[in-house]
Amino acid sequence: MSEILKVENIKKTFILSAKQQKIEKSNSKYKVAVNGLSFSAYEGEIFGLLGPNGAGKTTTLRILATLIKPDSGDAFIDGLSVSKQSDEVRKKIGFLTSELKLEDFFTPNYLFDFFSELHGVSVEDREKRKEYLFKRFGIDKFAEVKVANMSTGMKQKLSLVISIVHNPNIIIFDEPTNGLDVLTAKTVTDFLKELKEEGKSIIVSTHIFSLVEKICDRVGIIIDGKMAVCDKLNAVTNGRPLEDVFFDIYAAMKSEAGEIL
Amino acid sequence: MKNILTIIKKEFLRFFKDSRMVLTTLILPGLLIYLIYSFMGDGLTSLFEADDNYIYTVYVYDMPEELNENYFKQLKNFKFVEISENEIENIKTSIEDKQVDCLVVFPKDFMETINSYDSTVSGAVAPNVEIFYNSTKTESQSAYSTVVSLLDTFESTMSNKFDINAGGLQHDLASQKDVTGQMFSMLLPMLIMIFMFSGCMAVAPESIAGEKERGTIATLLVTPIKRSELAIGKILALSVIALLSGISSFLGTILSLPKLYGSSMEGMDISVYNVGDYLMLLGILLSSVLIMISLISIISAYAKSVKEASTLIMPLMIIVMIMGVSSMFASTIADNVFIYFIPLFNSSQAMSGIFSFNANILNVVITIFSNILYSVLLVVILAKMFNSEKIMFSK
Repeated sequence: MSEILKVENIKKTFILSAKQQKIEKSNSKYKVAVNGLSFSAYEGEIFGLLGPNGAGKTTTLRILATLIKPDSGDAFIDGLSVSKQSDEVRKKIGFLTSELKLEDFFTPNYLFDFFSELHGVSVEDREKRKEYLFKRFGIDKFAEVKVANMSTGMKQKLSLVISIVHNPNIIIFDEPTNGLDVLTAKTVTDFLKELKEEGKSIIVSTHIFSLVEKICDRVGIIIDGKMAVCDKLNAVTNGRPLEDVFFDIYAAMKSEAGEIL
Repeated sequence: MKNILTIIKKEFLRFFKDSRMVLTTLILPGLLIYLIYSFMGDGLTSLFEADDNYIYTVYVYDMPEELNENYFKQLKNFKFVEISENEIENIKTSIEDKQVDCLVVFPKDFMETINSYDSTVSGAVAPNVEIFYNSTKTESQSAYSTVVSLLDTFESTMSNKFDINAGGLQHDLASQKDVTGQMFSMLLPMLIMIFMFSGCMAVAPESIAGEKERGTIATLLVTPIKRSELAIGKILALSVIALLSGISSFLGTILSLPKLYGSSMEGMDISVYNVGDYLMLLGILLSSVLIMISLISIISAYAKSVKEASTLIMPLMIIVMIMGVSSMFASTIADNVFIYFIPLFNSSQAMSGIFSFNANILNVVITIFSNILYSVLLVVILAKMFNSEKIMFSK
């Protein structure tokens, strides 16, 4: 299986505003979000990036999606550098995160056409794909409803569909089931499996153990911006529940850092 | 290029399909300006002019018959009532209470006194006519002005040594076209600059800072669109919308000016300008709107919210107003070609030149091209800002 994603020793530090320092309860002006992270993901696999809140999952995925640049190190998607070939990388990936919002004023129909145009999808392909995806997620029932009038679940489904209008081979989803009701979460999980069956490579970040156990082939556990462990799921768990494995690793990492749990 | 058109289409759709935006940005500015200026014009007229059919009642004490016959009786809509000395205080009270328009008190033996008065004799005091009125009552103020003017005329006939511009000859040799040009060149550049800027302010912060605040611009930034295409698309679309908003305000002003300025605008007609003037003006307007939108877009991209953008734009608004007003005072440097390289100031000066029929084609061309060049530079800066995570994702 060929390597579709290679992350090489990326580091990212943010400067905190006074307000953020208060929220983070930190005296330091700097926050190391990702600290020398390296891992690989392979074609046709679902890679799960697992970690607690603030571990650096979203920052890592934002770097992969070219929204932000690493301070040092680099990542390569299908051989393209996210730092130096960001325009090319964006053509290859579909990215979904809760921070990406859709304009309230527009309808799913318009937004699908708009983003398809930006991705250079032909009208014929666009119409076929729209019909398939809208039906798959039940968006055809509210295709002419403005985003402003949609529920959170409807918005999340639409965001997911918009992120893959161009049928990308590499899909990066940040917490795809976060805040969703169980039915919508299942629709999303099932769809991720379908995408994998189609041969797509998927990278998901999550803090939900069951999601990783259900869909991921490979898992990377990230704690405090560092990769604690990264391997095939069964190699990491070795028959134990992922939750237990995670807490053992978490405790070991914290004890190594001299922190008391 | 295709992506630029896609962004332009989206911005237009966002604007023109939103009836609230169309109403507040395109219709209301022009309509409100027209209504407010017209109302102000009507209000000012009624403040300084009494009704045409109003009969002014002026009480007079000891008015010489000669003055009455030759001057006062000639006045239309005036009724003069002779009173005795003991009524004077009562009439003054009535004037204070706005019951009576005016009271004129002549000194005793007025005609004899003025005939014997010699201003060259040291210590001689001139006879004093007292006119009591109430300036807060329009009719009283008007009656006072008429009586003063009448007495001035009477006084000038007594010691008339020479006249200036007597007779019905036209002594002001300025043509109506020149008068129109002077008036428009002082007034319109300022109004156009301010209205264009207001139009830009109405749309750019919402489109850029608003998208940033709502997180929708990040969705655009993960697509393969180039940052420069996004910047150009936004600036072109917003420029058109801002221009339409500016035109709305401008039309409201132009249509209400005759009501606001009344008789001082009589005979003025914007048809004194030819097609060439209008084409030059259009070029200046378009290039100015581009530069204004670009500046506001950069400020909006820097701001974290629409509210912050609106606050940060205020100093620029003041600069634009000063540049607009400069057309009234900077005529002495208007021939200096270098001023046409100064953004915003060049637009104001070039427009002033066109309106006063003194447009220099070279200055207009420099203005348009330098504005376009500055706009291109600003678009490059905006594209770089769209690429900066510190600016686009700062919290």
